[in-house]
Amino acid sequence: MSPHDHRPPHPPEQGFSPIQRPTSTVFAPRRVGAIVLRHLYVLKSSVPRLLELAYWPTVQMVLWGFITTFFVQHSSWLAQAFGVLLAAVLLWDVMFRGNLGLSISFMEEMWSRNLGHLFVSPLRPYELVAAIMTMSFIRTTIGLLPAALLAIWFYEYNIFAMGLPLVTFFANLLVTGWAIGLAVSALILRHGLGAESLAWVAIFAFGPVSGIYYPIESLPGWLQPVAWALPPAYVFEGMRAVLFDGTFRWDLFGGAVALNVLYLGLAVVLFLRTFTKARRLGLLLDVGE
Amino acid sequence: MTAASSLAIAVSGLTKRYGTVTAVDGLGFEVASGRTVALLGGNGAGKTTTISMLLGLLLPSAGTIRVLGHDMLSERHRALPRMNFSSPYVDLPHRLTVRQNLTVYGHLYGLKDTRARIAELAADLDIAHLLSRPSGKLSAGQKTRVALAKALLNDPALLLLDEPTASLDPDTGDWIRTYLRDYQRRTGATLFLASHNMQEVERLCDDVMIMKSGRVFDRGPPQALLDRYGRSNLEEVFLDIARGRTAADPAPPPPAAEPPARDPRLPGGGSGPESLSE
Repeated sequence: MSPHDHRPPHPPEQGFSPIQRPTSTVFAPRRVGAIVLRHLYVLKSSVPRLLELAYWPTVQMVLWGFITTFFVQHSSWLAQAFGVLLAAVLLWDVMFRGNLGLSISFMEEMWSRNLGHLFVSPLRPYELVAAIMTMSFIRTTIGLLPAALLAIWFYEYNIFAMGLPLVTFFANLLVTGWAIGLAVSALILRHGLGAESLAWVAIFAFGPVSGIYYPIESLPGWLQPVAWALPPAYVFEGMRAVLFDGTFRWDLFGGAVALNVLYLGLAVVLFLRTFTKARRLGLLLDVGE
Repeated sequence: MTAASSLAIAVSGLTKRYGTVTAVDGLGFEVASGRTVALLGGNGAGKTTTISMLLGLLLPSAGTIRVLGHDMLSERHRALPRMNFSSPYVDLPHRLTVRQNLTVYGHLYGLKDTRARIAELAADLDIAHLLSRPSGKLSAGQKTRVALAKALLNDPALLLLDEPTASLDPDTGDWIRTYLRDYQRRTGATLFLASHNMQEVERLCDDVMIMKSGRVFDRGPPQALLDRYGRSNLEEVFLDIARGRTAADPAPPPPAAEPPARDPRLPGGGSGPESLSE
């Protein structure tokens, strides 16, 4: 006999059983936390996954550190601001990791064919979105922190010396990564895991027009409006303003925030609409290729 | 309690179309609270589609679904905390241990004391020794018991089960059926299951719905169906319906299973595993 043998039957209209905490059916941080916990369990159980998070940013940082060291001795432009390339590499990886961290967290649910269980629980789709955004932040931080710290040791370059502007750059690029990651996740939900390579490659289309390593004005004239329609252009121009001129450009910050709000909003709408479409097509139980 | 709220499930005009294919065609039925009801039907009859719509995983093309008094199209999140689901075809994440999986779902269902509830179910379902093992490393029988633990975490008022004893050995299957029957009696929950196991249905269910071509072809308590078709077990009733006989037709001799075709590729033209073992 277990203790619940003596539990009286509960009329369904009561809403919750006595062993449940009455929880908002609209938004519950506890449900978001449950999904975050699920992904932390995955990370905790797999050392290779943890190492993988930090591996590529560190390799990139080492490579670009040597290139920077060489260029600084041969380029007056770079010599004005040692570390501009390293900062660009690390910040680009914020966007890349932000996108990948979100997409992979979503694909984990598809790989484990868990969406059917998740969405017969009280979990709301936007709670899942909030959870995988949180996981993206955690994964990005785990991935980039070692690289940023090693840069201090290897090249005596401290990206944290940028101070508060760095926080704004990090936040804006992370949100851009989320927007791209959510759009990609929507496509994967709609078209199955056969589309999962998009999670890795889609973001690279934004590289040439993001002004990561060069000013936007160096792009062909017809391409510059495209660049200015994307948040990373504002962030990387802002980064150069801080590193070259020592000034924080509020106009660039404002542009990045406004565009991020727009694109993240659109991506959330796209994901939620695709989720509804997936319910219409029966894709939540049929999530293979 | 009103008459409406004493219904665990009320479905009307439920239809699901995929392009030109109609998987479920104007289905209508009610299930009273505290009953155990089975949905039977051949492959493609519309059982899984119906259960998916009851769960809210699949949106219907037309019709209404009320579960535990809530409209599943507009307020499914009011019903979901009090219902749950188990299927051998929907996995829990393999990399997580059983305890981790149950903890995550315990939080999703808003349990007051997830740890205590897991311990309680682990004792009930004899899975305490599995709690530290990755879910992906379990045998079919162990997975079924763990999936059932997940499905019972929130003490559901409505439990939907898709083939609850599929691919289990007879002993484990019997154990699961006994547990489900005891759970239903103890808690007064409503059980709604899809199954191909006719003995299971006869043993567990108060009521049986037999689907064919997306519609409920016949319905009634197991004994009433046996009487109506003049049969001694549900398997014969199922075969009658699958082969186009109605209750009004005179009962032919019990439909015998056809002998397996002889396979010319096997030594001596064997007819199955028995031949192989000879």
